[in-house]
Amino acid sequence: MKTDLNVDVHHLTRIEGHGNIEVQIKDGKIQEARWDVVETPRYFEVMLKGKHFSSAGFLTARICGICSFGHCLASLRATEQAFGITITDKATKLRLLAKHGETLQSHILHLFFLAAPDFLEVPSAIPLIESHPDAVAMALRLKSLGNRICEVVGGRATHPVSLLVGGVARSPDELPGLRDELENALVDLGAATELVRTFEIPDFHRETEYVSLKGEDQYPFIGGRLVSSDGIEKAEQEYAAMTNEYVDQRNTSKWCKLSRESFAVGALARFNNNYHLLHPQALETASTLGLDPVCHNPFMNNIAQLVECVHIVNDSIQLIDALMESDSELTMVPVTPQAGEGVGAVEVPRGILYHHYNYNKDGYIVKANCVIPTTQNNANIHHALNDLVTKYAEEGMKSDRLELLCSMLVRSYDPCISCSVH
Amino acid sequence: MKYLGIKPKRPKIAVFDFTGCEGCELQLVNKEETVIDFLGSVDVINFREISSTISNDFEVAFIEGAITRDDEINRLNEIREQAKVLIALGSCACFGGVNRLKNAYDFKKANQEVYGKQHKETLPARAVKEIIAVDLQIPGCPVDKPEVERIVQHLVWDVPYQFPAYPVCFECKQQYTTCVFELGQLCLGPVTQGGCRAPCPVGGSGCWGCRGPAADPHLKEFLQIADEREFSRKEINERLSFYSGFEGML
Repeated sequence: MKTDLNVDVHHLTRIEGHGNIEVQIKDGKIQEARWDVVETPRYFEVMLKGKHFSSAGFLTARICGICSFGHCLASLRATEQAFGITITDKATKLRLLAKHGETLQSHILHLFFLAAPDFLEVPSAIPLIESHPDAVAMALRLKSLGNRICEVVGGRATHPVSLLVGGVARSPDELPGLRDELENALVDLGAATELVRTFEIPDFHRETEYVSLKGEDQYPFIGGRLVSSDGIEKAEQEYAAMTNEYVDQRNTSKWCKLSRESFAVGALARFNNNYHLLHPQALETASTLGLDPVCHNPFMNNIAQLVECVHIVNDSIQLIDALMESDSELTMVPVTPQAGEGVGAVEVPRGILYHHYNYNKDGYIVKANCVIPTTQNNANIHHALNDLVTKYAEEGMKSDRLELLCSMLVRSYDPCISCSVH
Repeated sequence: MKYLGIKPKRPKIAVFDFTGCEGCELQLVNKEETVIDFLGSVDVINFREISSTISNDFEVAFIEGAITRDDEINRLNEIREQAKVLIALGSCACFGGVNRLKNAYDFKKANQEVYGKQHKETLPARAVKEIIAVDLQIPGCPVDKPEVERIVQHLVWDVPYQFPAYPVCFECKQQYTTCVFELGQLCLGPVTQGGCRAPCPVGGSGCWGCRGPAADPHLKEFLQIADEREFSRKEINERLSFYSGFEGML
């Protein structure tokens, strides 16, 4: 059936930042199917120039209000690599725990408050307070726990204050209480899995290259080698050859590519490349929800986020046990600036993030580069949108249904647009 | 919700984001233990980040972010026309925030460095009050959710809100925190407006002044103390200009 279809979404709702979807189909043929990021540029890489190393983590946290911990941690790692600093085992564990807290709050925020309304056919989570009170209470408990882990380790839930170059400012004494709550969270995640099992995930498959950190002996979050599902492997310092940023005329976010015209990062990429390192309970959740590696359905990123929540809650319990058994109280090492450069790669909720700084001998930044997960995803979202529209337009779908599916596709990537236009 | 049997107003609110990290509007849906009551005390009719219901029939507009492009100025003017009360939410909206740091650089070179030959439009970062009239400013990077809740309570009960006159230092001392100056760190707590409960000095990193100057901040005396403790002017200025709340006072 040859149809005319138009979708024009200006500033898509229920995502972080400002992006537009535009689809035009005439006589069954795609004239245009675009995902464009129109966020205002902020020039963080320029602002970092001339800043002291102690400012970098605080400044770059402000790139993103949802993954500020991830930015801060990538920044600290880049600086510590440049100065040749190795942080203590205790600080490493505390940072990973904080990282887990952020991933939990961010994934739950996305899955239950931004994405779920589509699957439950409501415009936002607000009507769910009345229609699904238990589910909302469950999601709020999980999100709150994620935020509280961040508060305990990082000093507050957004824009951490206790994560510093050289380690972590203090050793928290609230860990036993958090451990109890994490145990309870496993029950909540069971209920979350039952709810998500009722979501009808669109049947859409698109061969995609997935890029993430490569786990060696644990599911990877902070630092390590880089890997793509097309078989490319590189060192952390070689991130630029893994991302290949370029400028698209219609976007204020840059685009990236590797082996194909675009690639994807995020929970699904991490799952696809590292599923063998997930906690058994997380693998069980994946299997219950029909997520099998290697999965090429971008809508399944929602599911991969829940699978990761099960993993990080279990891993956080183990981290707290290890931290409480540890005799050492040392969380900071001395910091001496030196000239040099360093790269920090961190798996933040939406995918792999890189910070790269060059320092002068006094510890002031000479050059900076940040490559953001959503920047890496934007070209892929654009191309996936094209394929999605082609598939469904051929099936004769109506405009309003197509608009919903396009919006759901973009939301599945959990884009963080302000971040991508830093 | 009722108090002493009296029903409060349920103002129609909207939340709009401009140039920034969207961390302040995220605080509105944080503090999960009270978020259902909070969202129930207002009528959320335009909040793009969390809802697809979009209406322009709002009374109170929260503005997040600095203003850095022409299309933002137009959008802001339209919001001002509709809003009975317009609130700048967070340091970016109140002062320009960290975005203002870019104003110190040559934009042509900055654009070249980030985007190469492709030109992307940008203006010097400005606070919302530099473009339109603002009825209330809630500073913070990010805003402190309990403080936002208190302010919204005042809005629904129609009672003016008074920000504390004391500095962050006062709230830090209340928590028996070891003064970070004594630990050899710089701290803007003595000159920055309180109300945030001092998370930064308590957390070990000193205050960075995100809430702007306290009433009567004694900046001269503060600089004297910082000099005595041998912090360089470069370091002090980097700190004071970080969130641009002290713009024009340096």
